[in-house]
Amino acid sequence: MTTATKPTTGSTGATGPTGATGSTGSTGKQRRRRNTLVGWSFILPNFLGFAALTLIPVIGTLLLAFTNWNSYTTPEWIGFDNFRRMFDDGNFWTALENTTWYAVGHIPLTLVAALGLAVLLNRKLKGVGVLRTAFFFPYITSLVAVAVVWNMLLSPELGPVNQFLKFIGIANPPGWTTSTEWSMPALVITSVWRDMGYYMVLYLAGLQAIPGELYEAARVDGANAWKRFWHVTLPGLRPTTFFVLVMLTVSSFKVFDLVQVMTEGGPGRSTLVLSQLIYRQGITQGRFGYASAISLVLFLIVLSITLVQFQLQRRSER
Amino acid sequence: MNTTTLRKDSTETGAPPAAPAPAPPGRRGELGTTVGRVLLYAGLIVLAAAILLPFGWMLISSVKTDNAVFTVPIQWIPEEFRWQNFTEIWTDIPLLTYLGNSLFLSVTITVLQVLTGSFAAYGFAKMQFPGRDALFLGYIATIAVPWQAYMVPQYIMMEKIGLVNTHLSLILLQAFGAFGVFLMRQFYMTIPDEISEAARLDGLSEYGIWARMILPLSKPALASLALLTFVNTWNDYMGPFIYLTDNDLWTVQLGLRQFVGMYDARYAMIMTGSVLSVLPILVIFLLGQRYFVQGIATSGIK
Repeated sequence: MTTATKPTTGSTGATGPTGATGSTGSTGKQRRRRNTLVGWSFILPNFLGFAALTLIPVIGTLLLAFTNWNSYTTPEWIGFDNFRRMFDDGNFWTALENTTWYAVGHIPLTLVAALGLAVLLNRKLKGVGVLRTAFFFPYITSLVAVAVVWNMLLSPELGPVNQFLKFIGIANPPGWTTSTEWSMPALVITSVWRDMGYYMVLYLAGLQAIPGELYEAARVDGANAWKRFWHVTLPGLRPTTFFVLVMLTVSSFKVFDLVQVMTEGGPGRSTLVLSQLIYRQGITQGRFGYASAISLVLFLIVLSITLVQFQLQRRSER
Repeated sequence: MNTTTLRKDSTETGAPPAAPAPAPPGRRGELGTTVGRVLLYAGLIVLAAAILLPFGWMLISSVKTDNAVFTVPIQWIPEEFRWQNFTEIWTDIPLLTYLGNSLFLSVTITVLQVLTGSFAAYGFAKMQFPGRDALFLGYIATIAVPWQAYMVPQYIMMEKIGLVNTHLSLILLQAFGAFGVFLMRQFYMTIPDEISEAARLDGLSEYGIWARMILPLSKPALASLALLTFVNTWNDYMGPFIYLTDNDLWTVQLGLRQFVGMYDARYAMIMTGSVLSVLPILVIFLLGQRYFVQGIATSGIK
């Protein structure tokens, strides 16, 4: 977050030529107090809704995780019992493993596909807008439609995908969503196909923020296309990549809708993910306490990965 | 690069293959621009066609008979066009109600999200006050909290104030998300402070700077936030699924999912419903597309 400190000095400097460095002047103090009020006034409309409907429930989860509250009982503090129970819960470990597999497939594939598409489409070509739209299109389509179409495309016996695989000589094409082995890859394929356009757009915006002079300078220095990509494009995209990575991580670990609509966690438990387990325990079976404990673990996993990313980002900027 | 260090397990697949892959198009561009362009065009068009193929299949299947959807080999031009799929579906399910509900929710949530999000982002990006960074960290942290993680306490709260099974519950839940604040703040950080400093010297208040300098500059970011919020709300499945029990309140996602569950052998009709659920958002996207692409193009303001 080194970027955050830059405007800090800038805006304090702007509050007044005198108040910039002098913390002693009374006008500086007044201005700072006024700044605080004005700053809060900007945040408040969003913050009120955010606090009431996100922050408080998040804290609620934190507390509920240590109770044995079920829909029909009163909450009772039980310490770490929910977490001990989780440790022995096979469903939890399966869901954790499945979620990790999903993330390990989804994050790098989507990132590479999005970056590749953005680099290819970041030039002045006729009809480049149409092409960008084509790649972005899967992202805007309704999720249920996507799930329905891909389920049919991947249908093992008659689906077009396996028809194609048989055509090119694969005798035993995968069973996709009907097989425990291939259901997760099927989900990853569908989600990469759907999401890459969104991250491509973020990368396109990032690419256009890289000054053209840098490329000119590199060209003058005799850098070939690959060297320009490595030494100009990639460093210039670092803030975008950071943003993309954070968003991809979060979205991978909280994957739910696609799984729920496409496989409902099956066949067997082969695509059961953590969010789904929380939903089943919390909403379907009314085990608020236990569901909150799993929620807390999911949150801690995502948080620690995000913090590591922040740390790496900070180090790479030095 | 933080990408390679992040995925320790895949460092060997992460870094090296990237090296040869992006090189060819550039090298081609240097050898012969015309040949390079033609190859690039051809490659991109084939790729785009492959990406859009599922939609082509969906579209064609939507006017087939149920039996013709899965034929070997695929009929890319149906022997018999069954256009009445598109008229019959409206009487089979209350699709108009579903579409109306989806539209209402998406518009309301988008307007609120963009307004309050960009306003708060200004506070976070351009104002300096104690506690700002801690508060922002709180926002980011909640982005990392999966919604499934706090939906139970949220649901209990909503039930207590009697908002379960109303559209208002979903509006409140989704209109004040941290994502909009984060996205807009990231964008505002790229706007040089000299701009607002100059405006301050000219006597403009912070609200004035937000309204007259930052908002016009951030049109592209606002457009993408609006678009993404709209699409996310339109495509949201679990929110409506948990909160809306009355059929009259359902969104198109819920309606379509239920339809699939009820008539799982009516492949063609399911495809018809899918096409109709995609169509409105396609129209909105294409209408906003010019502005959206323009927005991306101009987002490189220095």
